[in-house]
Amino acid sequence: MTDMENNNIVVQPVDKKKVRHLVNVALILFFVTVVEFIIAFTMASGGLRTTIFVVMTIVKAYYIVSEFMHLGHEVKPLRWSIIFPMILVMWLIAALIIEGNYIYLINLFN
Amino acid sequence: MASTTVTATTNVWSGGQSPFKVSYGKLMMWIFLLSDAFTFSALLVSYGMIRYSSESWPVPEEVFSAMPFYHGYAPLVFVGIMTFILILSSVTMVLAVEAGHRMDRKGVEKWMLWTIIGGLTFLSCQAWEWTHFIHGTGAGGANLQWNEYGPPAFAAFFFFITGFHGTHVFSGVVLNYIVYYNTVRGVYDRRGHYEMVEKVGLYWHFVDLVWVFVFTFFYLV
Repeated sequence: MTDMENNNIVVQPVDKKKVRHLVNVALILFFVTVVEFIIAFTMASGGLRTTIFVVMTIVKAYYIVSEFMHLGHEVKPLRWSIIFPMILVMWLIAALIIEGNYIYLINLFN
Repeated sequence: MASTTVTATTNVWSGGQSPFKVSYGKLMMWIFLLSDAFTFSALLVSYGMIRYSSESWPVPEEVFSAMPFYHGYAPLVFVGIMTFILILSSVTMVLAVEAGHRMDRKGVEKWMLWTIIGGLTFLSCQAWEWTHFIHGTGAGGANLQWNEYGPPAFAAFFFFITGFHGTHVFSGVVLNYIVYYNTVRGVYDRRGHYEMVEKVGLYWHFVDLVWVFVFTFFYLV
């Protein structure tokens, strides 16, 4: 019985265009990571370097979520249901880092 | 046919259709991943806050500068290799999903197996990394009370964040193995679709995504 059902399955040929697209996304991820490494060793640490790292991380996250996880091809309500809460988290990050810096300053002058 | 054209013109939220246009299982996986993203955000945010409020913080390049089979100064090289392994296993996962869309059982089996191997390699690398971090370089190493590299909180965060991520990689490997096993047994051929591969694929990509953030905020910045 199982064999009978298996016989109905038609295996479609490889979608070369789709695979090439996925490989391109992977190459972008590799390239961005390599550039991050180069920056890590050639640039002095500071605000600018941190900003560059954060931007590159967001670029990588965009490609993973949008292409690998396919969210970029889902409908708008689903896309925003996932992204909107994460935008609120951005505020949490900013707030607590500012707060942490303030704690450092208080300890410094006490 | 006529009813679909009618609902297309009305509001998606007025009922009678799914506003998200994905299956229940995939939607629930997304909701779960969102909640998991909150947990990881909380860990990384607290790391940022403690780091900014500390007087001194170790330079990650100097802490993570060892690698197996090489007795020299190799800053971040090993963790870089780990990053590439995880990205590569994400690529093989996405190829498994692509094969599943085509009902290609042999393709799914092949790419799932590569994904599992990638995950296990990453876990082995992490085990080495932890062992090296705990034993240290001869100044007592690091544990939850003592840390030769800097403030004890640094070691605590290292164990908690990479450990929590490693737990996710481990459970991802287990899920991938279950799906691989079911694929080999022909469960999804009988079911008529390979959506299960897509669902564990979402989880696996999320694990890769979290590592991208851990890599930046723990090792690079």
